[in-house]
Amino acid sequence: MDIQIKGIREGLLITLEEGTWPEVQTALLKHLDDQAEFLHSGNRKETPRLALDVGNQELKAAELGDLRDEISERGLTLWAVISISATTEQTAQMLGLATRIHNPRAERLAQATETALPGGMEVAADAVYVQRTLRSGFKLQHPGHVVVVGDVNPGAEIIAGGDVVVWGRLKGMVHAGAQGDENAIVCALDLSPTQLRIADQISIPPQRRGKPHPEMARIQDGQVLAEPWEG
Amino acid sequence: MTGKVVTITSGKGGVGKTTATANLGVALAANGLKVVCVDSDIGLRNLDVVMGLENRIVYDLVDVVEGRCRLRQAMIRDKRLPELYLIPAAQTRDKTAVTSDDMVRLCDELRTMCDWILIDSPAGIERGFQNALAPADIILVMINPEVSSVRDADRIIGLIEAAEKGPAKLVINRIKPDMVKHGDMLATEDILELLAIDLIGIIPEDNNVIISTNRGVPVALEEKDLAGQAFRNIARRLQGEEVPFMSLESPDGFFDRLSRFIRPGGA
Repeated sequence: MDIQIKGIREGLLITLEEGTWPEVQTALLKHLDDQAEFLHSGNRKETPRLALDVGNQELKAAELGDLRDEISERGLTLWAVISISATTEQTAQMLGLATRIHNPRAERLAQATETALPGGMEVAADAVYVQRTLRSGFKLQHPGHVVVVGDVNPGAEIIAGGDVVVWGRLKGMVHAGAQGDENAIVCALDLSPTQLRIADQISIPPQRRGKPHPEMARIQDGQVLAEPWEG
Repeated sequence: MTGKVVTITSGKGGVGKTTATANLGVALAANGLKVVCVDSDIGLRNLDVVMGLENRIVYDLVDVVEGRCRLRQAMIRDKRLPELYLIPAAQTRDKTAVTSDDMVRLCDELRTMCDWILIDSPAGIERGFQNALAPADIILVMINPEVSSVRDADRIIGLIEAAEKGPAKLVINRIKPDMVKHGDMLATEDILELLAIDLIGIIPEDNNVIISTNRGVPVALEEKDLAGQAFRNIARRLQGEEVPFMSLESPDGFFDRLSRFIRPGGA
């Protein structure tokens, strides 16, 4: 089975051949084992980052999650999955993986836009968009922004490097600006998380009385504050 | 014959999976259908006790899977209903004795000879649950109207969705009508709003269930019992019938009013 590896700006891009998934996965993992020396030869401090082009493979969350675990067991990081299958793309996004490469990384983008764009405007290039309800036990981790259209149930977790926007009820745990961005915000139609974290501030929102209304939380004077979310 | 596989699961333990499996089996078989209940809780088997068939066990699920007996030999016929069977779990082994593929193969064989295959899932989200989920066509998620049970059910539904199984249907067990009336119990609407799956049954708290479980005579056999009626209704809904949810509020009788008048606290 033919597997191509090439170096790109963000790390390595691996292109997979077509075939049944168990075979392709086995071949890939064997290839990674065979090439372990080469993959780790970069001698950089960070673990080598892999982007995977899976072609038209339709992958479920379990399969992709399993693959990510296998890859990380080999001391590598899977950060992106590129596919022409919409299902696979959605699965990848659910797992907090990028689905496009050659995007400026989130941190770099934030710095660049601070000066380049007028206040309040930002290009959300490295955001994941999730259109489903996140249930208990589900963890969505992503270095950029996170947009959820659906509910975030108690017991679910969102950890984002940037902002978190939930078009629905936010009742799980949410951490915006997880890499220390104190300007990160959290918005939801019903902002009732079990715990709300922005950068290194942790807050427990008070019990809501009455009808929920859209709110936005941000850090003000070193404290997490929520206020009505108006256009 | 192509039977349907229904897995009864919950995440949390003790919410009534085994009791529900036994009662749904009885209710479906009483409607003249051929039913087999499979206990997949290997190592902690209970379904045989609840169905009152413990002393008839010769072979079990693991014996079938490991080829020590034929499938028919492990199917124990019920005492009362000739079309109801039980495949018990092994008590001396653990969940690793069976794989998901084993369960799928077993159920495919059962499908050819039964109308309904009911699988009693173990609590938890590990191997045993995965085994019970693998062959399922319909999944009944059982909950009690309490926060911890609902939370676990949410997790289970997430896992069912991730495995692309389903549809998952909700059964709320052990509702206390008087507590619901006073607003002291988690409201059905709130549960449904959070879990966002179809409701297929509401079963009231009923002391007869405990009595009948201990005696090994499922309550669905009792014509007049309220919980038994609720189980029979779920069975009919599984068969595709539209059955309205029964009203759990007992009509205020004279003695009800009198006793409330005497004890205004409702103690």
